[in-house]
Amino acid sequence: MSTLEGWVPSERQRERDDLRRRRTRRRGTVASVSTVVVLGVLVAGVLAAPGWDRVRGTYLSGDVAAEAFPLLARAFVLNIGLFLVAEVFILLLGTLVAVIRVVPAPALAPVKILATLYTDVFRGTPTILVVFLVGFGLPALGLQGVPTNLFVLAVVALTLSYGAYVAEVIRAGIESVHPTQWASGRALGLSYGRTLRHVVLPQALRRVGPPLLNDFVSLQKDTALASLVGLGEILRRAQEVSSRDFNFTPYVVAAVFFVVATIPLARLTDWLAVRAARRQAGGA
Amino acid sequence: MTSINRRRGGTLAAVAALLLAAACAPAEETSGSADATATSDAQCSPEQLDTQTAGKLTVGTDSPAYSPWFEDDDPTNGKGYESAVAYAVAKELGYAADDVTWITVPFNSSYQPGAKKFDFDINQVSITDARAKAVDFSDPYYEAAQAVVTLGDSEYDDATSFADLKDAQLGAQVGTTSLQAISQIGATKEPRVYDDSNAATQALQNGQIDGLVVDLPTAYYIAAAELDDGDVIGQFQPETGESEAFGLLFAKGSPLVPCVDRALGTLQDDGTLGDLEQTWLSQTTGVPELS
Repeated sequence: MSTLEGWVPSERQRERDDLRRRRTRRRGTVASVSTVVVLGVLVAGVLAAPGWDRVRGTYLSGDVAAEAFPLLARAFVLNIGLFLVAEVFILLLGTLVAVIRVVPAPALAPVKILATLYTDVFRGTPTILVVFLVGFGLPALGLQGVPTNLFVLAVVALTLSYGAYVAEVIRAGIESVHPTQWASGRALGLSYGRTLRHVVLPQALRRVGPPLLNDFVSLQKDTALASLVGLGEILRRAQEVSSRDFNFTPYVVAAVFFVVATIPLARLTDWLAVRAARRQAGGA
Repeated sequence: MTSINRRRGGTLAAVAALLLAAACAPAEETSGSADATATSDAQCSPEQLDTQTAGKLTVGTDSPAYSPWFEDDDPTNGKGYESAVAYAVAKELGYAADDVTWITVPFNSSYQPGAKKFDFDINQVSITDARAKAVDFSDPYYEAAQAVVTLGDSEYDDATSFADLKDAQLGAQVGTTSLQAISQIGATKEPRVYDDSNAATQALQNGQIDGLVVDLPTAYYIAAAELDDGDVIGQFQPETGESEAFGLLFAKGSPLVPCVDRALGTLQDDGTLGDLEQTWLSQTTGVPELS
């Protein structure tokens, strides 16, 4: 920095700086005016629409929202519970399936075929069907030892469905780790398993953080599918009020709950990405 | 050059957005206000009625259409109570059976704000004041009692009173009067709520609920046709504080309401509704009262 001391910008440089400042100001003005005009026209158009009063009364009724809020807040605890419990099992199942699929041991061939079959079938099957099959189909078998608790059944269904997605994400992560990492691990005398456990998996999991959290946000919303088998989660409660009073506001309130719950996850993802980038840059 | 082009592109985009907003100009209001006096024969003829398609009557119901309200999942066959009522109303208004068109209207979309695709919707919709803020209802065409269905081998099969059902896990379908009426029974467990009567019946069959609360005709149908060992243990009149009668559902402000009410009045007075009820819902007599 000391080399710049006493430095006076040339005439040409000042012109350049002026031009840049003017351009920045002009761009800012244009952007602001454009935003205000376009949004203003859109808002005015919606507010002036002849059906706006009906839409506001049906979707944004303060009275209905206030009435539904406590009911929905209580129900949302169930969604959060489902999410937190299912998340753990999904990670375990996903990692297990991913590892089985990448391990080259020939003796594991039957398990590998099963794992491939599992991801193919459950990624392709709509989650709603899995929830129905597990929630109604499993108990209908009448077998001893099959759980009857609806919460457990819902967790099983969500785990089966999302485990397949997460397994593929983790597998992609493992395969993205450069082959030299494997080679280095082996060269240092680590066994295949220990190379996987101490060298490859830590790097792989760090890389797939953002896409995994993406799946978990999706999972958070799909906890609503638990209502299909009779669990009184938030969307079902919203539906009850909505269909009783012919008003959609409870759904909007429920949506706000989901959005608010998603934001911390989104920020966590951002933070993880930033931290990963910092670490990749190392001390440099 | 490129910077100029880019700027022009931005302006174009903004203009396009404005044009788009302008293109969404208010649609013409089609539904006139209902005129309570417009109920003479001449004003209620197919030529005069402001229906979706001139000269035709478009009737909505949900799919699948359940027995005994419809038969064989086919609203057009005139079988089942609601199908028969719809055709009787159409005939009373002067429409030939061929002029009645059926469309599928999911329950949720029947009360969406905005233009409707049906002239009226017939789907076991109970009339309540809260709902009447969003849609218009005709006069009632059926007053439904509620009933409890259970399995023959259930410990609650012998229940004769609400008190006997105190510890039962009950269930009902979302959006029904049954779900409101369930609190009358005073069971201690929170009721389980299902999307449709198929799912609720599954749950009953699986033993996930002990008793299913539905309107009486549906209860009878589920017990007789859907379950292997179903039993309607009793019926009760809901006291939701509001009417528990089914009405035809119209778009808010539909001009058809007075004419349809008039037709329903005639059908009530000349005994047609009673006859249709006898034909399609008669199995429901002889179910003991719960209290």
